[in-house]
Amino acid sequence: MKGIGKRFPGVVALDRVALEVYHGEVVALIGENGAGKSTLMKILGGIYQPDEGSIVIDDQPVSMHSVADALHLGVGFIHQELNVLDNLDVAANIFLGREPRWGGFLKLIDRSRMYAEAQTHLARLGLDVSSRTPLNKLSIGHQQMVEIAKTLSQDARILIMDEPTSSLTLSETERLIGVVKDLRTRGVSVIYITHRLGEVREVADRVVVLRDGRNAGGISREEIDHDRMVKMMVGRELEDFYVHPQGVVRQPCFEVRELRTRRYPQHAVSFKVNKGEILGFAGLVGAGRSEVAQAIFGVDPPVDGKILLDDRPVKVQAPRDAIGRGIYLIPEDRRTAGLILEDTIRENITLSSLPRYASAGLINFASELEAASDIFRKLNVKAPSIEEPVGNLSGGNQQKVVLAKWLSLKPRVLIFDEPTRGIDVGAKAEIYELMRGLAEGDVAVMMISSDMEEILGVSERVAVMHEGQLTGVLERTECSEEAIMSLAVGKE
Amino acid sequence: MRKELGTFALLVVLCVVVAIINPRFLSPANLQNMARLIGLYGIFSIGMGIVIITGGIDLSVGSVFALLGVLLSMMLAQWHWPGALAVLTVIGVAVVLGLIHGALVTRLRIQAFIVTLCGLLFYRGLARFIANDETKGFGTGAGFEWLPKLATGSLFRVPMPFVLMIVIGAIMWVVLHRSVYGRYLFAVGRNEEAARYSGINARNIIASSYALSGALAGVTGVLLAFYTNSISPSSHGNSLELYGIAAAVLGGCSLRGGEGSIIGIIIGAALLQVLQNLVNLLGIPSSLNFAVMGAVILIGVIADQLFKRRSAPA
Repeated sequence: MKGIGKRFPGVVALDRVALEVYHGEVVALIGENGAGKSTLMKILGGIYQPDEGSIVIDDQPVSMHSVADALHLGVGFIHQELNVLDNLDVAANIFLGREPRWGGFLKLIDRSRMYAEAQTHLARLGLDVSSRTPLNKLSIGHQQMVEIAKTLSQDARILIMDEPTSSLTLSETERLIGVVKDLRTRGVSVIYITHRLGEVREVADRVVVLRDGRNAGGISREEIDHDRMVKMMVGRELEDFYVHPQGVVRQPCFEVRELRTRRYPQHAVSFKVNKGEILGFAGLVGAGRSEVAQAIFGVDPPVDGKILLDDRPVKVQAPRDAIGRGIYLIPEDRRTAGLILEDTIRENITLSSLPRYASAGLINFASELEAASDIFRKLNVKAPSIEEPVGNLSGGNQQKVVLAKWLSLKPRVLIFDEPTRGIDVGAKAEIYELMRGLAEGDVAVMMISSDMEEILGVSERVAVMHEGQLTGVLERTECSEEAIMSLAVGKE
Repeated sequence: MRKELGTFALLVVLCVVVAIINPRFLSPANLQNMARLIGLYGIFSIGMGIVIITGGIDLSVGSVFALLGVLLSMMLAQWHWPGALAVLTVIGVAVVLGLIHGALVTRLRIQAFIVTLCGLLFYRGLARFIANDETKGFGTGAGFEWLPKLATGSLFRVPMPFVLMIVIGAIMWVVLHRSVYGRYLFAVGRNEEAARYSGINARNIIASSYALSGALAGVTGVLLAFYTNSISPSSHGNSLELYGIAAAVLGGCSLRGGEGSIIGIIIGAALLQVLQNLVNLLGIPSSLNFAVMGAVILIGVIADQLFKRRSAPA
């Protein structure tokens, strides 16, 4: 791709960007959100047309006007959000729209051939799944593999993967990386977009960094280095990135005793959170961390156990009980559980605290607006106005709105579930800062995260879970990637 | 707001066109008659709209009218209950039925369509059974002379049902658009899960909307019984729930929930009555009545959809 330019009304999304990919090479494309990665890839994938520049594949200048054109030229696109029909089985998904036929004009589906061929495609990815399994019986990781199998079955030579690991567990991520490496040896070129710099080091032959719609530089395999990538992406030092707390003696204020969740009733979970600390929760996806959080918050009330705040028991049957005691959850899925996307920023911020701005059940709009604007400014939410529907905001700003909802109340315990998933580096730093500020304000903060760097960088202590069991709580001095991992996989 | 404006414009255009073709449209008798019907339909359409805003639906309304009508006639004409007691009891029954619907929808998680469809069948059958399938009336009306006036009387020449609709509409406007409860209704309709995560008792909010719809259906049930003055249990109120749904949708409610306004619903209810009137006044065969209504609603929804697509960002 040479000199690619793309303008949208009001913004230049790409300004003379170049990208080269060789046969059998894995190129990591990194940059903050809004840096132009997705736009560039959408041009290569035939979704957008460039305003200027050219695309050359195997020395042939090409033009693509649709996804079908791109596929025809061997460019496959695995989107961040999965494009699968989860009520159909694996083979039906792989061959969707290109089902093998028989029976002449009747156009019946040749089922035996379809299932057999699908099975070989799966085997080639080392996937041990029957092609007759309905997709909704598979994990997200496996569903994604099916999508990759689908793309490869269409003879893709260039595979674009947009944040393929953002919703995968650690072991699924490892498997995906294995598949990518395998594809490389088979001569497939992969363009790999990610926010996880650890993966870049592992998988990429070369790194291309975009910043503000321009090429910000490239790094070859030998020189790939975390700090260097971060610097290129944001033009700032790593030090502003994570805040390291000082070692001080803290008082416990929140305690969970023998808590049993509905998903893992066989395991009782007990831990304490100190006033002013951030307790990280590490573990593989499915380790039961979100279940614990949801039990504490009352979304899925605990089947047994005690929750104590300042040594006083808290009875939680529904989120409103937890909220009444100042225990808040920032859920993993902000778009479905954290926010009402059609509502404005103001309405979302005040949703939990509305009775405060009302008398006799009637809302006082002036005081509602004042309170919401106050917190809106304090959190530096980037939006044209507070009356903007939150659905129009970027992930980072949406997350700030979720946070604003709780900050307008008085938090005692704040549980973050994957607080920075899908959020760009700049907004991440702001969220960490807010978390730190909250902890310093004597809020007990819990942070569930599958991002190891985040766990290590932000937490003061780290609780590790494995399949519903709390396998250990590490003090800051004991924390290392290896120590956490060995607890997370459930080894002694 | 835009959708309400569109429906309002359609209403005005229709009125002007009908008035030009047949000036009798503007005769006091015709206007009064129409206003009376707008009032009757408007009141329960508001309740329907509120249920739709939470993402539900209430198909049982028409059958509830029959059941309430039969009960009311028996209380007043056979058992000689005091008027006020009979009216309050009937409205109470409607609220309880609404609460039952709400409980089934929120506690057992049965789809509102199914719950209220069963209600539609059940109450109709119950009404016919209680009434022995005989047409019921109010006899001489001795002892509760004031009651029929609520349906057939006027205040300063404005039909009482219309006055009641304006009063109820004003109250419900405040409830829906100015109160905490109203905000919760929309929140629950837009994203029940997020509402729950925000500490809203989503199930109770949803259940209460059916009770509210029941209460407004109760009021309409009383008015309708006196308006027709005879209740034949097999046909009284038949398919009126569909008018309520149509009024709500024309007025900007989305069946997906989370959208709608009181003013819109009232405009929608008015539009439906003007359409009825148009069929009568323009000499269109009355058998085409439903066809005309269906066509106009469809055109309205298509226009709205096309407009939305054009104004949506590319």
